[in-house]
Amino acid sequence: MRIYVTSVLVDDQSKALDFYTQKLGFVVKHDIPMGEHRWLTVVSPEDPAGTELLLEPSEHPAAKPFKDALVEDGIPATSFQVDDLKAEHARLRDLGVRFVQEPVDAGSVLMAILDDTCGNLIQLVEMTGK
Amino acid sequence: MDADQLDRVFKALADPTRRRIIDHLRERPGQSLFQICALAMAGEGKALSRQAITQHLDMLEKAGLLHVSWSGRTKLHTLDLTPLRKAADIWLRKHLDEGERP
Repeated sequence: MRIYVTSVLVDDQSKALDFYTQKLGFVVKHDIPMGEHRWLTVVSPEDPAGTELLLEPSEHPAAKPFKDALVEDGIPATSFQVDDLKAEHARLRDLGVRFVQEPVDAGSVLMAILDDTCGNLIQLVEMTGK
Repeated sequence: MDADQLDRVFKALADPTRRRIIDHLRERPGQSLFQICALAMAGEGKALSRQAITQHLDMLEKAGLLHVSWSGRTKLHTLDLTPLRKAADIWLRKHLDEGERP
């Protein structure tokens, strides 16, 4: 058994596609029309055959209260790994991405948290292995 | 500050985790629940549940030791030392400043 796809619940798929590709730098793997929505996945260009991220519409009535509660407590729904957090933070900040947590040393990782503009907080981590 | 408020301040201080939270927030004001949990884990090396931290934050907030603000839709906690200063003025210093040291 392998994990081939994981999802993030987004308010708007088109907006999410812009953010996850043009800001974060992922590339589209699948974009299949499915009625009102799309089966829309992205992958990291560093690992195009790797786990896909499904940009899933958050239309279930439970999705909004769930997402709002996570955001209120500052909890990132999803976490991505980077090699150089400070460089990535500077790059994204210059692209206008809002960080709710500037890079901070949390023991064995450096971490930062950004707002994906689609109702989620996303954590970036650099494993420092301390 | 009345007796109940004084009780709440000293109760809030009478727990090592809450004192660590105060230490963390003094160092880094404006932290979310998630960040306070992460700092507690990094500092102590042991994980406390978010529910436990939430209860500790409630105690601190009821004692007036926390000020809450919002960054977008994220709730941030900052230390408010005013009740601590008042508690020191009306009770602690009374004993510390008066009379001879034993």
